[in-house]
Amino acid sequence: MDMLVGYVNYLVFFSIQAGIFAVLCLGLNVQWGYTGLFNIGIAGFYAVGAYTSALVSGLPPAATDLRVVGGLNLPFGVGLVAAMVVSGIVAFIISIPVLRLKEDYLAIATIGIAEVIRMVLQNEAWLSNGVWGIKQIPAPLADTIRPAVEAFLGRHPDFSGWLNRLISNGYNWFYLSLVVLVLVAIYWLLNRLMESPWGRVLKAIREDEVVASFAGKDVFWFKMQSMVVGSMLMGAAGALYAHFATFINANTFEPMFGTFLIWVMLIVGGSGSNRGAIVGAFAVWMIWSGSDFISGFVNLQGYQSAALRILLVAVLLEVMLLYKPQGLMGERRRRVPVLPAPEPAETD
Amino acid sequence: MVHEALQLIVFGLISGAILALSGIGLSLTYGILKFANFAHGDMMTLGAFMALMVLSGLRAMGWHGAPLGPLSFGWPMLVSTVAAMVLTAVVAVVLDRILYRPLRTMGSAILLISSVGVAFGLRAVIQFIWSPQPQYYIRKIQISREMLGVRVKPDQIFILVLSAALVLALHLFLTRTRMGKAMRATADNMELARVTGIDTERVILWTWVIGAMLAAAAGVMIGIENKFITPLIGWEILIYIFAAVILGGIGSPYGAMAGGVIIGVSGELSTMVIPTEYKPVVAFVIMILMLLVKPTGLFGER
Repeated sequence: MDMLVGYVNYLVFFSIQAGIFAVLCLGLNVQWGYTGLFNIGIAGFYAVGAYTSALVSGLPPAATDLRVVGGLNLPFGVGLVAAMVVSGIVAFIISIPVLRLKEDYLAIATIGIAEVIRMVLQNEAWLSNGVWGIKQIPAPLADTIRPAVEAFLGRHPDFSGWLNRLISNGYNWFYLSLVVLVLVAIYWLLNRLMESPWGRVLKAIREDEVVASFAGKDVFWFKMQSMVVGSMLMGAAGALYAHFATFINANTFEPMFGTFLIWVMLIVGGSGSNRGAIVGAFAVWMIWSGSDFISGFVNLQGYQSAALRILLVAVLLEVMLLYKPQGLMGERRRRVPVLPAPEPAETD
Repeated sequence: MVHEALQLIVFGLISGAILALSGIGLSLTYGILKFANFAHGDMMTLGAFMALMVLSGLRAMGWHGAPLGPLSFGWPMLVSTVAAMVLTAVVAVVLDRILYRPLRTMGSAILLISSVGVAFGLRAVIQFIWSPQPQYYIRKIQISREMLGVRVKPDQIFILVLSAALVLALHLFLTRTRMGKAMRATADNMELARVTGIDTERVILWTWVIGAMLAAAAGVMIGIENKFITPLIGWEILIYIFAAVILGGIGSPYGAMAGGVIIGVSGELSTMVIPTEYKPVVAFVIMILMLLVKPTGLFGER
């Protein structure tokens, strides 16, 4: 029973992480899956979200801190919204010069902006506290929930060991429900959006930009909206991460975790499908976490097992691209009924 | 002030030479295969480590080789460099056969994603074998000498001469040989090239071979210049290479050369006015400005 509780508690922890990755993956799906926009600077938008939220709803700088800003100590919800807004603004600025160009330029520009963001976070200690990072980011409602759990357990000293351990993990249960709530809300909203005329324009742009512009759509503007919406979701994921980990520094958002893994998740799940994005996030995170257990059985140096895991994920990506490019969930392509008469052009 | 600027320009020329060499390879593959190869930086890393592998092998066989003149290394290093270029080209061709060729019909975006996968995969293999710790070709510090008022190491002169020689060789190849002309034709218009009877698959093969060889040479040069190599050297320089290639005009080898030198020199000169940590930002800003003003680059035609 004790072991089972251990597994359940781990499963909760795992699902929180996978859920945060799923939010990132949904953001990428808006950009790549629906619009064909190539963002490989996900780590940058993720980091901007995390730092914004940590500064807005975190504590003021401690005496030993180098940073001089932040610490408004506002509620988590405000931090989350601020994270989304700032990530969206960064996406807007970087998109101006490159969205009119071929898709590869966006890829190069986003990797560049992610690098610039990383550099700023590393070097501008007044803002980010440098390599020491931001500590003690408040976990939302922890002041209420943790004492409540303690009090509850205090009133029930008869609870056996395993039940006690299950309940004392109460805060993670709460955080999981928070992540799931955000995830479900985003999922529902995106599905609605993608079925709307707006979403159909994005798909039209993905399939053929020229045709979309002939249909009177402002391709640049729609791409911009898609880029900003996707990056806002990445910012939200950053906020969710920061308040769960309660500590962040520039190395938390390396391109391996912030960008490459998300791409593999979306390709595995099936780009163009929101369900696929979520399934891919959980599946790949399971493979990633699972391979950590395996490395315990093989006699390798730490860096070697780390390298093996990355290689595993890279091979997984290539195999998917070669043999199942539509992913596990592939986009369902609906047949469009043939209409008796041509519709008048929409004016949006 | 002027003296300091002159010194920085010389340093800029050295990193510019390395950028130019790697940029040419990237630009060639971009021009002919029509996708941004994000694994190009890691091909450089691979080249650098292949040279290390051969060099260690030669030393194990007892060939240490006396340093050549004022240089810090001898014949074994040069042999290793050539061997690394060949080995890296073999890896590039194998990757093309098993991965890029089957994916070629699926569009440039899929090729781009798969190259990101290759980048992380290659780096993982290198890290698995050699660890993330710095590795050294030669553990000897070279003293720089005063030449025409600037301080420069003989090894750095070697880097400049070797890159000039490789660029010249490439120029002759592209303008004088049948394959070189076929490559330029394919870069211009693949369909038209195919119709005129050019074997485009062979052109693609040669593109990978040349791109990988130049990348490997550039990787070794980074090792000689920095004195050490890590699995990250190529990935860290990739954004500069893209900046150089975009500045010069994607697909234009001569543009990549000019772009490399401009990015290298401006990066070094920028340290006179902004903190050194932000040197990469200069390359990025130049790239963005170029995209705003003339997205086809300095030498781009389209």
